[in-house]
Amino acid sequence: MIHFVLHDAHDTVAVVVVEGVTAGTDMTGWIMDEDKTINVQAKQDIPIGHKVALKDMAVGDTVLKYGIDMGKVVAPIKAGEHAHVQNIKTKRW
Amino acid sequence: MAIVSNSTTFLGYRRENGRVGVRNHVIILPLDDLSNASAEAVAHNIKGTMAIPHPYGRLQFGADLDLHFRTLIGAGCNPNVAAVVVIGIEDSWTKKVVDGIAKTGKPVIGFGIEGHGDHETIMKASKAAREYVQWASEKQREECGVGELWVSTKCGESDTTSGCGANPTVGNAFDKLHPLGNYLCFGETSEITGGEKIVAERCATTEVRDQFMFMFNRYQDMINRHKTSDLSDSQPTKGNIAGGLTTIEEKALGNIQKIGKKCTVDGVIDKAEMPTHPGLWFMDSSSAAAEMVTLCAASGYAVHFFPTGQGNVIGNAIVPVIKICSNPRTVRLMSEHIDVDTSGLLQREINLDQAGDKLLECMLRTANGRFTAAEALGHREFVMTRLFESA
Repeated sequence: MIHFVLHDAHDTVAVVVVEGVTAGTDMTGWIMDEDKTINVQAKQDIPIGHKVALKDMAVGDTVLKYGIDMGKVVAPIKAGEHAHVQNIKTKRW
Repeated sequence: MAIVSNSTTFLGYRRENGRVGVRNHVIILPLDDLSNASAEAVAHNIKGTMAIPHPYGRLQFGADLDLHFRTLIGAGCNPNVAAVVVIGIEDSWTKKVVDGIAKTGKPVIGFGIEGHGDHETIMKASKAAREYVQWASEKQREECGVGELWVSTKCGESDTTSGCGANPTVGNAFDKLHPLGNYLCFGETSEITGGEKIVAERCATTEVRDQFMFMFNRYQDMINRHKTSDLSDSQPTKGNIAGGLTTIEEKALGNIQKIGKKCTVDGVIDKAEMPTHPGLWFMDSSSAAAEMVTLCAASGYAVHFFPTGQGNVIGNAIVPVIKICSNPRTVRLMSEHIDVDTSGLLQREINLDQAGDKLLECMLRTANGRFTAAEALGHREFVMTRLFESA
């Protein structure tokens, strides 16, 4: 079963694609562009469609998705945690 | 075996100007808000016609007025429309719309209410509408090359499954249509924010690139002039955020998947302008769903690909809107709205080529007459884009 997907091997966040991911769930992820899999344990409940952090990130770090800058970290995140509007914001507006 | 190739055909309505439509609407088109009541009365009298009421058309000026006329004339010219009855409060602006549509050679007539009143206008317009609908109902579909189909796209209520699944599905379909000479279109200017360099790199010539960056920067300036926050909840929307999209950059990177891996951006048009040669066109446009699809209809596009994540439900009065979705929860809870289910992509049950083919099969069936979910559900949104306040 695939729990999450990411586009590029350098991405620091990935998208949860199944319902029912809770803290402690061992997840298998699919790197779409390379057709490879990786494993991460969820540290928090993450709703379907929301992102999981793939590594620890500090305030000010750039978040990578699709191999590209998608925003900045505004609160520290640990690998496996829910990555969304509470810890990531746009750089543009 | 490719779903679409140079020898693929569909059954379409060939119009007087050579354009091919996939529907055969007879529309009662109000010029302005005062004419909605008469237009609706005519459509009620004459079965098989459709009124397209809207709230604007008075005291607009400048570029906003130009866009108003372009949108109404463009909608009348769309090849999915067989004939048009225009109703306006007075004769001269009504005639402007009629003359614009008449250039296609299709039957069109207009009536001004001032000096006559609703009742007389409804009677005269109903007589014309009856003639038109009986004439249109005898029109037959004929075999046309798939390359003659004009296809537009816009995503709506996106979430992260849009960027991973539904949008790349559209991109795969566009990559397969582009070499066949189709007119294609994408837009949603503000939603490119964060990915504008990617789109700029796909532009076929420096001229196209400059035009694209002009439109992109113009939209950014407008947002910067009026914004009171970082636009969170407006762009991305509350629905996007509930679905997991966090920033406009992330949304843009998902949005851009719709232009595929191979398509070049071959031209740039302003809102509701008509493209002038085959290829993929960027149209400066709102990211509000019904506004943008209406602009595509006004530009002449006949079928629309609409990938959604959280479940956008709109259709359009004159263009069939095909809904594609990769979110298994949405496909389950809002199944009546979804035409193409690509949730298998995210579980590796199907690959991108298969998903693109699924969409192209639906496109051909829709072109041949099959109702989209939005058509079956009665979604006929027709929303005018405004540029600024009326005088």
